[in-house]
Amino acid sequence: MAEPARRDNRRKRKLTIAKAISEAIAQEMERDSGVFVMGEDIAKLGGVFGNTQGLLDKFGPERVRDTPISETGFISMAVGAAAVGMRPLVELMFVDFFGVCMDAIYNLAAKQAYFSGGHVKCPMVLMTSVGGGYSDAGQHSQCLYGTFAHLPGMKVVIPSNAYDAKGLMTAAIRDDNPVIFMMHKNLQGMGWLGTAPGAIVDVPEDAYEVPLGKADIARPGKDITVVGLGATVHQALDAAETLAKDGIEAEVIDLRSLVPLDREAVLKSVRKTGRLLVVDDDYHSFGVSGEIIATVAEAGITLKSPPKRLAYPDIPIPFARPMEQFALPNAGKVATLIRQMFQE
Amino acid sequence: MYSRMVLSRGYEERLAAAYMEGKTPLFNMANGPLPGEMHLSNGQEPCAVGVCAHLGADDVITATHRPHHIAIAKGVDLQAMTAEIFGKKAGLSGGRGGHMHIFDPKVNFACSGIIAQGMGPAAGAALARKLRGEPGVAVAFIGEGAANQGAFHEVMNIAALWKLPFVCVIEDNAWGVSVAKSQSTAVARNDVRAAAYGIPGVYVPGNDPYAIYAAAGEAIARARAGGGPTLIEIETWRLAGHFMGDVEGYRPAGEKEALFARDPIPAMRQRMIAEKTATAEDVVALEAEAKATLDEVFNFARAAAEPQPEEALEKVFV
Ligand SMILES: Cc1ncc(C[n+]2csc(CCOP(=O)(O)OP(=O)(O)O)c2C)c(N)n1
Ligand SMILES: [Mg+2]
Repeated sequence: MAEPARRDNRRKRKLTIAKAISEAIAQEMERDSGVFVMGEDIAKLGGVFGNTQGLLDKFGPERVRDTPISETGFISMAVGAAAVGMRPLVELMFVDFFGVCMDAIYNLAAKQAYFSGGHVKCPMVLMTSVGGGYSDAGQHSQCLYGTFAHLPGMKVVIPSNAYDAKGLMTAAIRDDNPVIFMMHKNLQGMGWLGTAPGAIVDVPEDAYEVPLGKADIARPGKDITVVGLGATVHQALDAAETLAKDGIEAEVIDLRSLVPLDREAVLKSVRKTGRLLVVDDDYHSFGVSGEIIATVAEAGITLKSPPKRLAYPDIPIPFARPMEQFALPNAGKVATLIRQMFQE
Repeated sequence: MYSRMVLSRGYEERLAAAYMEGKTPLFNMANGPLPGEMHLSNGQEPCAVGVCAHLGADDVITATHRPHHIAIAKGVDLQAMTAEIFGKKAGLSGGRGGHMHIFDPKVNFACSGIIAQGMGPAAGAALARKLRGEPGVAVAFIGEGAANQGAFHEVMNIAALWKLPFVCVIEDNAWGVSVAKSQSTAVARNDVRAAAYGIPGVYVPGNDPYAIYAAAGEAIARARAGGGPTLIEIETWRLAGHFMGDVEGYRPAGEKEALFARDPIPAMRQRMIAEKTATAEDVVALEAEAKATLDEVFNFARAAAEPQPEEALEKVFV
């Protein structure tokens, strides 16, 4: 049974998402000998994005394995290990690299349960880093939320802060299905990259679950619903702060997972506010923003102004700062767009 | 070869200095005139010059995320490449690509940030040359870590099967980020994998430009003559971290010092002077020439205009 996510069962201490993730994994490795980790640079280095820091020292090289640069190999091996009762975690260093190993993910991991009539499980977690904004160009900066969420058979999770990250990771490891766990680089808390301050929050020491498929109201408000995920939650929160001074009370919804998607939370909020903006740093078309707007449209909710989306345009992510920053959403753009929506 | 090695080394020294601008005292990859990841190739120059000395503009190269030395040896337009790395409009790709995505079709050079991705495009170019009866070979440069990717094995087999004018050059710098070759690769040397494809495999120890030149010459001549592909693995040294900002805690103590003591550039200089293929004055002149070139190139790149933000929307399709 999922333990409720309590925010009070701990001494106060702020953690980064990276530290929260490695703590969740360590606790699950202690609890369940079937949990083990594989990936590139995850053992000695503790992960390029710090998700597995300290695990090698604690659990040794049998359960914390640096792999060759062979993503198809080790990710499909995780599926095989999961099928016979293990709970592997694998790391795909950047989500952009999914191109070399997508078969193992969407044709194998995601279809194992269905094709076996539910008899063969795939309890694995694939951790991966997403997002740009620091000029790493188009093979190291994508989000690809919509790509993964579009393909049935895998859960897709995107934490926006360390508290959620730990609880969602614990739930993901305990889940009997494949979970794609996407961590945004702007939130991760690595020393060599900037981190949105709001991502570093108090995290309980005890193990706890944040259930997959339950959105969070990151800020309540009555005038407009702003839906975000990962980094865009913080942009929406910053914009809401600014707009509050103009008397616009924005309600910010953090989806936390795309599969399952908490459509009810979105609908409930939009019924209250009558306005909807989706902020997404994944590609504009055929993705998260369209899905959320369609959900509201299909529910037949009458809106006070047309729903809007602020998403990354349908172009690869450029290297040069002026071009990349032009294309990415940010808090200023969110606030501007919301003001426009109130003038319509 | 020596002058290109010196040019490449000097190039990266300036790049490294520019990269650190705006990143001290607090290192944040997003800051400064050169944001993003920066993979330096210092120490690996012999691989690039020893191979490219046999290549002309029609010959095709695909390189890796660590591309500068190879680009310089292949004769990529240095001003436009530098402008690209600085994210300027005058860059090879108008600032869209940056240092991992350098494309100069005039000299048939391309590179990518995805490990082993260059294998297919190089072999494909070799196939095109063969289909059209055109001269020209293709060389894929990869790291030793990339030899464990599916693409490496798939493409080696096809290239051997179809006897393509193709050479795969593995730069074995012993590390794939923090993972040592011995921890990632089931065989000590990748040249033995050539046997799996029925093609010649060569291992070149010592990061020695002369030996690399000889081995590459043979392989490229064979490819040109219709004799099919060769797999060459070169022992080389990554003198820097995986990328700038890497604290390299995974390196055994003393490794870096030992590698710097065997820096291939001073070694080649000594050998040239000892063998009287160049005088001390020649060397000084070459180095002065490299400095002048670099002054010009970096001044150009720094002074060049930023792209307009809206240009991000262009060139998705042509
Ligand atoms: C498909 C893919 N997987 C992982 C990475 C991340 N990555 C970038 S460089 C690198 C190490 C490459 O090692 P090697 O091929 O030996 O080249 P080197 O860096 O030593 O030049 C890794 C794992 C990537 N870019 N692409
Ligand atoms: Mg290497």
